[in-house]
Amino acid sequence: MDVALIAIIVVGGLGAVLGIIIGMVAKVFAVEVDERIEGVEERLPGANCGGCGFAGCADFAKAVVEERATPGECPVAAAKDVSNIADYLGITADEKEKKVALIRCAGDCANTVRSLYNGVRDCRSAVLVAGGAKGCDYGCLGFGSCADACPFGAIEIRDGLAVVHPGLCVGCENCVAACPKDLIIMVPAAVDVHVYCNSPEKGAAKRQVCKTSCIACRKCVKASGEEDHMLVDGFLIRTNYENPPQPDLVEASACPTTALRLASQHAAGAYEGVSK
Amino acid sequence: MSDKPRKFKGGVHPNDSKALSASKPIQDAPLLDTYKVIMHQNIGAPPELVVKKGDTVKKGDLLAKASGFVSVPLHAPTSGTIKAIDKCPGPTGMAVPAIEITADGEDEWGSPFVPITDWKNCDPAVLKQRVWDAGIVGMGGAGFPAHVKLSPPEGKTINTLILNGAECEPYLTADHRLMLEQAEDVVRGAAIIARILGLETAVIGVEENKPDAIAQLKEIAGKYNVTVQALPVNYPQGAEKQLIYAITGREVPIGKLPMDVHCVVQNVASAVAIAEAVVKGRPSIDRITTVTGKPVVNPGNWRFRIGTPIEKALELVGGVNAQPAKLLLGGPMMGIAQKSLGVTVMKNTSGILLIAADEVSLYTSEPCIRCGRCVEVCPMSILPATISQAVENKRFDWAEELNVMACIECGSCSYVCPSHRPLNQHFKRGKIEIQAQLRKKK
Repeated sequence: MDVALIAIIVVGGLGAVLGIIIGMVAKVFAVEVDERIEGVEERLPGANCGGCGFAGCADFAKAVVEERATPGECPVAAAKDVSNIADYLGITADEKEKKVALIRCAGDCANTVRSLYNGVRDCRSAVLVAGGAKGCDYGCLGFGSCADACPFGAIEIRDGLAVVHPGLCVGCENCVAACPKDLIIMVPAAVDVHVYCNSPEKGAAKRQVCKTSCIACRKCVKASGEEDHMLVDGFLIRTNYENPPQPDLVEASACPTTALRLASQHAAGAYEGVSK
Repeated sequence: MSDKPRKFKGGVHPNDSKALSASKPIQDAPLLDTYKVIMHQNIGAPPELVVKKGDTVKKGDLLAKASGFVSVPLHAPTSGTIKAIDKCPGPTGMAVPAIEITADGEDEWGSPFVPITDWKNCDPAVLKQRVWDAGIVGMGGAGFPAHVKLSPPEGKTINTLILNGAECEPYLTADHRLMLEQAEDVVRGAAIIARILGLETAVIGVEENKPDAIAQLKEIAGKYNVTVQALPVNYPQGAEKQLIYAITGREVPIGKLPMDVHCVVQNVASAVAIAEAVVKGRPSIDRITTVTGKPVVNPGNWRFRIGTPIEKALELVGGVNAQPAKLLLGGPMMGIAQKSLGVTVMKNTSGILLIAADEVSLYTSEPCIRCGRCVEVCPMSILPATISQAVENKRFDWAEELNVMACIECGSCSYVCPSHRPLNQHFKRGKIEIQAQLRKKK
């Protein structure tokens, strides 16, 4: 018999036998996959940011189908994505409040005292040298460890200061842990008025090193009247996120150091330049 | 013990600049109006406050008591009133709690301890307790509580006591002057520590660039059964592990302590503090600090009280003649850069060093060219170039595999790097991140 024919018969036969075995094994040991997992994953934004606490979108989708999580726990998903997933699974969509990151510092290079620093350009390394080169021990170092951690490009380093673009921020919280000064907190996206300072020092000490620090003059507290929109915390004022003020408070209180800012205006660069 | 000490692998020879202050005798700093004593001056737990605002204290009175075994008490540097328990800039740049004392000008001693003149026949446990009560820490720079080193855990035997008088850091001459002027106290301190450890002898290791101190110590050493060992000049000769190797030939394995090779190392200044605590009943309230650098008008060696603000210390030495570009606590190799003059002298402040603007070069870090110089000089035989790349790329697990934890942060690699890479800073970062991960796992 022709050698070629033998080869074809042997290989062909082997293929057929193995094919049958594989077919049987696939039937007998079939793993049942809930196809809804794939369906949910398709409807998720697919950023794989880990902001939900699960190992990526696929894991989160599995958790949602198995009712270990609700669709609203995805920080990136918009309200319509959430209701879309809820409709697909036939459950009721949970209400969720969108949160964004707030970097509580307005001290850019123009407004702060800084020492000369010539080391590693990374906040977590820079903080090892005299606590960072900034005169203020609590302020943003501006080397962008938070921006590196942001998968959405929502943090910009502008004149030595990290600035969040609230429109781009999805609230995944990756930046929060990256900041060695613990400057970043998550706030409701609906609130626009924030105090861009986190130094508990006395007003005079703050002013010496930063022109845009909150000196706790309480102008904003007075301007908001009896409403408790602004809370006094030692030598620092904070926005009351339980009962937030309206954006017109910024103009009404005429903050002498511009530490009280609108997040949207701050991101747009409206406060750039040297403060009074 | 051979006459010829061994040479450890690696090391560098930076310009030592010790001539600025080496010939200046130790001067006592005059009394100031206020002292700010930083609470946490030791490695381990911070001490617990025992005074409150408004209290009057005498010199040497207890301000804070030890809060655990790895913790030391703190004593008043002078008599006066406690003005405030406030914050003051700490050596790491962050504000730390400090006790502010307004001096009454009397500088009157309280009655802290009974002198133990007959220490040769005293119970070692009593002597050790005195070391603890006096609040003595490693004065070479680390600030590790001295009594902890003198309490080897069960199963660890100690057969060699080494006193560290290498003072390999450039610029610093505080230990040099101390060995020269208080040689007897150094040797007596060595003998007291030896007694606490149950040893007959001790070795004092001194770098060869201090022949006068070596001669002075040798004259007295025999009287207390202590030997003096001249060591080759090579930075970091004064690092604990390198010193042990040079004198005994024993290598301390990575992650192990000197006691694992049966050694205890104490700084000569700590030995003097111990001698004074025992023989004079004096707690640790001052130290010799070298104030030096090109911008300093009168570089010298001063006995500062603990809590002296750096600003005042610089005034005392005659001020500066040029705007300095850099302030370091310690020497140029391992000293900690400061951004505030408000930081105060602590028990481990061996030097206050100013660097002039024209001495500082601002380099940009370039990529590694794999020349291997850092590997050659590393006294711990790790791979600085590779580890720095691991840390730079946040591969802390890889850095750990490469033994970054063995790094003693001597700075030799950064010193020789032709690409001016901030290697030492990368290692500090790497070590901190790895420690943080370990804490998380626990």
